[in-house]
Amino acid sequence: MGVKLVDITKTFPDLSHPHREVTAVRNASLEVRDGEFVTFLGPSGCGKTTTLRIISGFEAPTSGEVWISGQMVNDIPPNKRDTSMVFQSYAIFPHLSVGQNIGFGLELRGRPRREIRTEVEKIMEVMDLKGLGQRRPDQLSGGQQQRVALARAIINRPSVLLFDEPLSNLDAKLREQMRLEIRRIQQTFGITSIYVTHDQAEAMTVSDRIVVMNQGDIVQIGTPFEIYSRPATRFVADFIGRVNFFEGRIGPGREVAFTVGGRKEIQSRSREFAQGDPVVVTVRPESLRISHGEGGFLSGKISKAVYLGQVVEYEIDTGRDKPVLAVTHNPVEEGFFSPGETVGVDFSPVAAHVLPA
Amino acid sequence: MTRGSTARLRRDIKMVVGDPLLLIVILLVLASLVIFIIYPLVSVVLTAFRTGTGYSFSVFRDVLASRYLRQAFWNSVMMGVLTAAAGAVVGFLFAFAIARADIPFKKFFHVIAIIPVVSPPFIGALSIIMLFGNNGLVTYSLLGINNYPIYGFRGLLFAQVVTFFPVAYITLRGVIESISPTLEDAALDLGGSRWKAFLKVTLPLTIPGIAGAMLVLFIETMADFGNPLILAGSQFPILSVQAYLEITGMYDLPKGSALSILLLAPSITAYFLQKYWVSRKQYVTITGKPTTSALKSVSPGAKWLLFALCLVIAALILLIYITILWGAFARVWGYDSTLTLQHFRDVFGVGFQAVKDTLTIAGISTPAAGILGMMIAFLVMRKRFPGRRFMEFTSMLSFAVPGTVIGIGYILAFNRKPLVLTGTLAILLLNFIYRYIPVGIQSGVAILRQVDPSIEEAAVDLGADSKKTFFRITLPLMVPAFFSGLIFSFVRAMTAISAAIFLVSSSWNLMTVQIMSQVESGRLGTAAAFSVILVGLILLAILLIRTILVLRYGRFGGAAVKI
Repeated sequence: MGVKLVDITKTFPDLSHPHREVTAVRNASLEVRDGEFVTFLGPSGCGKTTTLRIISGFEAPTSGEVWISGQMVNDIPPNKRDTSMVFQSYAIFPHLSVGQNIGFGLELRGRPRREIRTEVEKIMEVMDLKGLGQRRPDQLSGGQQQRVALARAIINRPSVLLFDEPLSNLDAKLREQMRLEIRRIQQTFGITSIYVTHDQAEAMTVSDRIVVMNQGDIVQIGTPFEIYSRPATRFVADFIGRVNFFEGRIGPGREVAFTVGGRKEIQSRSREFAQGDPVVVTVRPESLRISHGEGGFLSGKISKAVYLGQVVEYEIDTGRDKPVLAVTHNPVEEGFFSPGETVGVDFSPVAAHVLPA
Repeated sequence: MTRGSTARLRRDIKMVVGDPLLLIVILLVLASLVIFIIYPLVSVVLTAFRTGTGYSFSVFRDVLASRYLRQAFWNSVMMGVLTAAAGAVVGFLFAFAIARADIPFKKFFHVIAIIPVVSPPFIGALSIIMLFGNNGLVTYSLLGINNYPIYGFRGLLFAQVVTFFPVAYITLRGVIESISPTLEDAALDLGGSRWKAFLKVTLPLTIPGIAGAMLVLFIETMADFGNPLILAGSQFPILSVQAYLEITGMYDLPKGSALSILLLAPSITAYFLQKYWVSRKQYVTITGKPTTSALKSVSPGAKWLLFALCLVIAALILLIYITILWGAFARVWGYDSTLTLQHFRDVFGVGFQAVKDTLTIAGISTPAAGILGMMIAFLVMRKRFPGRRFMEFTSMLSFAVPGTVIGIGYILAFNRKPLVLTGTLAILLLNFIYRYIPVGIQSGVAILRQVDPSIEEAAVDLGADSKKTFFRITLPLMVPAFFSGLIFSFVRAMTAISAAIFLVSSSWNLMTVQIMSQVESGRLGTAAAFSVILVGLILLAILLIRTILVLRYGRFGGAAVKI
């Protein structure tokens, strides 16, 4: 049954203008299937956390409906909703021990003490927290605190797990490790999960589907593959990863006549276009091929080369206002290009995607 | 009202109605604030304007027609302004010397500056009488001067500065310590002299703090009753004392009420300035990690100059307290300095009832005020409901309302049906509780600011209702703040006089009121002995609360009770 949002809108009073309002979420509709892992992704202030808090019940929507497991929950307070949240700050109770923290939800449900203890021990084993039950929260490392917060949320076996940027306080390495861990545990328990983050790599790693939000609007819902390679708007293309935009117009066939660089047939289109429509073609830097000397679709001069070990990143000045970004993956085999060198740039039609300009 | 705010109001109402326990608590708190804070104040206003037939300004006209009472108003305001200015200078000096100048004996100076905070506010006056009065140690015994004119402006100003500068010291020390020394280092590094760095960096950053401290000092001095009652004398009338005399001496309730409104107006103005203007201008310079500089903000010359000034001030304060201590043991102050325990015998004989009463009243009202304060802090900080702002405003009001005004309000309001309380223990307790809730609220608010709201949300999320969340999560986290608030309100309850003097009776009396009447009848030795016992009891209580906290919460709890 999962979670269903029907036309959710949320407005707040504008603090700088007493009589104006800010729309945090606008007409958001979404269905999250049972057991699915869905991530809200967007820049800060896009409305993703507000949407999460509306699902948990901490914010009431201005209009629209929230459904959890087939029940309309608008009037159900957060403590009666069958959701559990993992907070950005972990929100571990500082005056309770690790075990008491994890068992808190069961204790509230009035479960017998012995049962709570076995449940807590079981979950601590799964979460790699064995033997830490008596510890005080401030004696734990960041990663351990994160796992306590997660354990505390799932011990209740909620129908929906909510994550509010849970990894943003961890260092880079731990973050990568924990997002795999979260995905593993979610799949072990099969709990429907909704996750909020502004980190696209995190979103790609954990999600079945990603909901991209911008300025209160849902701009695209899709699998990580769809979001990355078939972005619905320029914003999505630009926000997820790095991208080159090439402007042009639709020609008589499937081809695009580029403003700079001739014509080219492109397979993937975000919608149907009429001949003559202005469009923009998105190509990821790793999909560009560069070759020594002029030739190909575009040519230009290398203006910057950054060697990162496994890849080399190039900026190529082609006379357009923005340099073209290209990445080569196997420098030793594909060869190096030096700054100042004239190169040809080309891409395969399957790697490109056409958007309205 | 905009569409959004009506919708919000509707939502707030819905939330409160959906939680019956919360609703009941909110209604009870609001009702009690109206009855025990607003109603007495309204009674004062109504009494001041009531004439035989209706309401008019005639009482005010009478008051303002009197040159003597007009003088009292200006004297009070002037005393407030001068004490604020001088107190801020001395407080800043102390704070800067201790926080920045690396003078020797910092701890000692800190303790000296704290002593006046934990002792009754009229000790300064009492001691000055003993030193410079008719039988004064300095004037009569040392210099042989008879009737040195210590009563009036000079003596009172001195007493007020000594009594209230510690408030400025505590505030400004916090402000100065929050300014990262690296800012001064940067100014020096850019080629400024130490003096320039002080003038251009440190001082401007502390100006809002100084302004805030001055307004608080002004409010406290305006409201003060004990020092002027002892020291002002008849040539230098002071408003709070005149209001008291009108009520208890002349039984002129309308006139006393009118005077207390005149007293209230400047205090309330200063309070609003402080709350809505100065507090917004506070600079926050939080740099993450506290950087200890090599303390080169002052030159050696300046350092020793500051040290010398601190020594002089510390010596004056010590002189005051040693005088009291000595006076408590001297047979007849100024005539016969042989040591005796007679005064203490008096206190434990005839005066012992007052000691017991004071401890009972402070002992009951302080925790009650603390719990109520915590509850209000929680409601105001964590819940949204109609009347929230009213609750916050009303409960903090007693900071601004001089005790004299509220004391008169209580005898006016609770001397008639439906609530006849005069002469009972209840009226003293209620007065103390509602006077000292701001202390609890402030420490509650401070701790709630540090507690991430998502900790409480996590409890709700896991299924706790508002009662469970409060008792299992919020309350345990607030306990250390509760105790540190307790110390302050206990000190204030033990040393209170301005409101209480209207409310004591033959069956319930207070040590402070006893001390006053001993002074008035010239029994300085007994007054001093009373004062020594009072300060002793306060120190004992502080020690007790701190010990409990440190035992229960370790160093963390101990840190929460820093004064």
